[in-house]
Amino acid sequence: MRRVKLALPLSLLLAIPLLAQSPQAQSPPAQSPPAQSPPVQPPPLQVPYRQFRLANGLTVILHQDRSVPIVAVNVWYHVGSANERPGRTGFAHLFEHLMFEGSKNVKEGEFDTLLEAAGGNNNGSTTNDRTNYVIDVPSNAIELALFLESDRMAYLLDTMTPERVDGQRDVVKNERRQSYENAPYGMASIELDRMLWPANHPYSWPVIGEMADLTAASHQDVVDFFRKYYAPSNASLVVAGDIDFDNARALVEKYFGEVAVRPIVEPVAPPAAVLTDVKRKTITDRVTLQRVYLSWLTPRFYAPGDAALDVTGSVLSGGKNSRLYKRLVYDMQIAQDVSAFQASAQLGSAFQIVATARPGHTAAELQRVIDEELDRLRTDPPTAREVARAVNQIRASFYRRMERLGGFSGKADQLNAYFSVAGDPDYFAEDLARYTALTASDIQAAVVNWLPKDRRVELVVEPETKK
Amino acid sequence: MIMRLVTVSLVCAAMVAAVTAQVRPDRSKPPALGATPKLTLPAIQKRALSNGLPVWIVEAHEVPLVQVNLVVMAGANDDPVGKFGVASLTAAMLDEGAGRRDALNLADAVDVLGADLSTTSSFDASAVRLNVPVAQLAEALPIMADVALRPTFPQNELDRLRQERLTALIQARDDPASLVAPAFARTVFGGTHRYGTSAAGTTNTLKGFTVADLRAFHAARYQPGNATLIVVGDVRPAAVLPQLEKHFGTWTGKGPVARTPVPVAPQLTDRQVVIVDVPGAAQSQVRIGWVGVARSSPDYFTLQVLNTILGGSFTSRLNQNLREDHGYTYGASSRFDMRLAPASFAAGAGVQTDKTSESLTEFFKELEAIGKPIDADELTKARNYITLGLPSEFETLSDLSGHLEEMVVYKLPDDYFNRYSANIQAVTSAALAKAAASYIQPGKFAVVVVGDRKVIETGVRALKLGTARTMTPAEALGE
Repeated sequence: MRRVKLALPLSLLLAIPLLAQSPQAQSPPAQSPPAQSPPVQPPPLQVPYRQFRLANGLTVILHQDRSVPIVAVNVWYHVGSANERPGRTGFAHLFEHLMFEGSKNVKEGEFDTLLEAAGGNNNGSTTNDRTNYVIDVPSNAIELALFLESDRMAYLLDTMTPERVDGQRDVVKNERRQSYENAPYGMASIELDRMLWPANHPYSWPVIGEMADLTAASHQDVVDFFRKYYAPSNASLVVAGDIDFDNARALVEKYFGEVAVRPIVEPVAPPAAVLTDVKRKTITDRVTLQRVYLSWLTPRFYAPGDAALDVTGSVLSGGKNSRLYKRLVYDMQIAQDVSAFQASAQLGSAFQIVATARPGHTAAELQRVIDEELDRLRTDPPTAREVARAVNQIRASFYRRMERLGGFSGKADQLNAYFSVAGDPDYFAEDLARYTALTASDIQAAVVNWLPKDRRVELVVEPETKK
Repeated sequence: MIMRLVTVSLVCAAMVAAVTAQVRPDRSKPPALGATPKLTLPAIQKRALSNGLPVWIVEAHEVPLVQVNLVVMAGANDDPVGKFGVASLTAAMLDEGAGRRDALNLADAVDVLGADLSTTSSFDASAVRLNVPVAQLAEALPIMADVALRPTFPQNELDRLRQERLTALIQARDDPASLVAPAFARTVFGGTHRYGTSAAGTTNTLKGFTVADLRAFHAARYQPGNATLIVVGDVRPAAVLPQLEKHFGTWTGKGPVARTPVPVAPQLTDRQVVIVDVPGAAQSQVRIGWVGVARSSPDYFTLQVLNTILGGSFTSRLNQNLREDHGYTYGASSRFDMRLAPASFAAGAGVQTDKTSESLTEFFKELEAIGKPIDADELTKARNYITLGLPSEFETLSDLSGHLEEMVVYKLPDDYFNRYSANIQAVTSAALAKAAASYIQPGKFAVVVVGDRKVIETGVRALKLGTARTMTPAEALGE
């Protein structure tokens, strides 16, 4: 999805011998142990911020944290692959790549060169719902970061050329080859979305896009897309870290104030998405082991049921004692791995269970056991301890998320995420409260309501038959 | 939620009026940088428990979390011949039963605390790492101590992990990105040198391991004289030391543990090409290189700068050429893998299948060109990228404890990171030229390509890079 910079290739080199790190089993549950541990009571979660809006409609959020001398500049544009039209799938992401190729006052290549020379890093990523851009710099380079970020928001098209589009088209096609065509089971997620969502629903096509559509994307598409979706009123900017509030605000006004007003973006109006029966399919891939995917349409981000399904995922596959891990991987040893999770998104979410069969075992065997375990949860709620394990892990993760300022998981990005989805940048405590309020019967209800056996997608990946 | 949105936008609308006349920015040139902020690294408070176990503490009070790492100076380097993988499997088995808890009870006890307890092993060291909300430290520490000091190595769990690892090796054959590293290591280091085989071992060694092997490795290597405790986070030494003493202070050992150094692998002398066939692969995974340097190399800082220019940053020459100029790949990079003994230097990328030979040509252009004089701008940019970016490497408990582990394992001096920037800034173009001449000799490199042989072989051979042969996935994985 993202413009992975060197992260991917480097990590491949780093990933010395496979298995060099113990595969820290996403392991499973026990029943006995004593003492229901009392819930953690650390200080309340709070990320203080100041928010204002420029006359051109750009929302600005400032957060001060002077523990390390760095500044994170983070922009979310509220446009993603859901805004694309058939025939131009993958365009929001291709466009993201073009945002790094220079703008009126930043020559091609300079965006990265200037930041690296200042000790900074940058990246971008695209999802169904949004596109984000991150720049992390030592705090003395805050003005440089704001200059670069604002120049592409204001003047990207001034120097855009068909050649630049061609260059990144090839890079993105290789991103797709690396992450999908050339990755074991890589095509399954694309197939799954196609089965899960109606054909005219924007979540039915992959964020990375179809190869033919990437080929078709033109310079004129870039111009139109920028004018339609890259309006300051369709974006929000977070500046976080080692900042002085007044100075940061003055710099933001100086650099972003001159970005021209562009028309308001209409929200996406997707067709209804409902599964009325079971959709089954088997595909083949260059793999040795069978794998089964089960998937359901579930409540969108923060809607009732969303948090309960997160915890359901943990009860099913978080740790050695989780229901599915313990049965499939630990006790029966017929699966190599299993994961269950709620993938939340703005227009609607999907819950997914994925399990890979051990040699000599089949996807059908795994699916049978998965259904037995889902039935058990439909009949009886999980134990209080199972819920406590999941919620305590989630609570700890909220504190771990406070550690980093920049990048894709730092505080700056989270402030923007909460602003986008909840309308409140400091929604940390409210978000956590969604989980701490859950009871075992909420989990049971989520399985009953949202994970029915007779309305879902069942996808099996089988080995190609050897010629 | 909807209400919140409305409320917020009203507030915002009210604030718009407050925005005053804009100062138009001068965009004719990039804004100048302010004075470089000073990174003050927190002091390492070095203590020891009554049994002599060293304890390094760094306070970080921003978030109510604490990280405790027990680093043990034993890794795949110490695997006996014929038992490659025993260090890795020993570490993986530590939390499969320890003290009075079996594997399931142990996982439950850790998970319910919201703790993250992991065990890991590399070539140079092994570690047990605990990350936990500080309020739960007292409950988590005794579990961690059991895992590190009193693992029970149950037979049934060994059998289970063995099957899991054997299956992972089967899966690796399906994935060019997983095959390329072992294929490259095999090519450069061969089947005898430890670095030629994955830290996790091979199908054959995995099949042979017994509980006795793991117990023996643990008994010989996991000793207080061979370990260091690292504590980073929201704790004070006076409060945490008694807890550490209680759980780790009575651990007794047999004194210092002798470590046989890994021999320096013989350097490659002739260029060679190895093709691993994965029919139908959409990309070829490429690695090009040879034996590099040890972590203790006196040229360490020079090589950091050299590699940043060659393939260690987004604007590096390799990425610029293969990704930005040619579009053959999603990203190209290079790296010196530095361990106690010289590991590899490698440049690499996943390149589209029909541009494999063209990509190799571009790789070699850059590998040759790095030996030519490097101009001042490029040198300055690389030096600054490394030194000015340093603060972001000390943000999280995991970052901090990771750097402390590095100091322990490679015996770096206390002021190492405080002097890091000065050492990088002292790198000259003359030093780069000398280092490139010694460490980047493309005429002697191994070229490993994992891809669709029937499509790529003719083009690759036509480049006449050197003697060419094929390697099976099984051979790459040491079978």
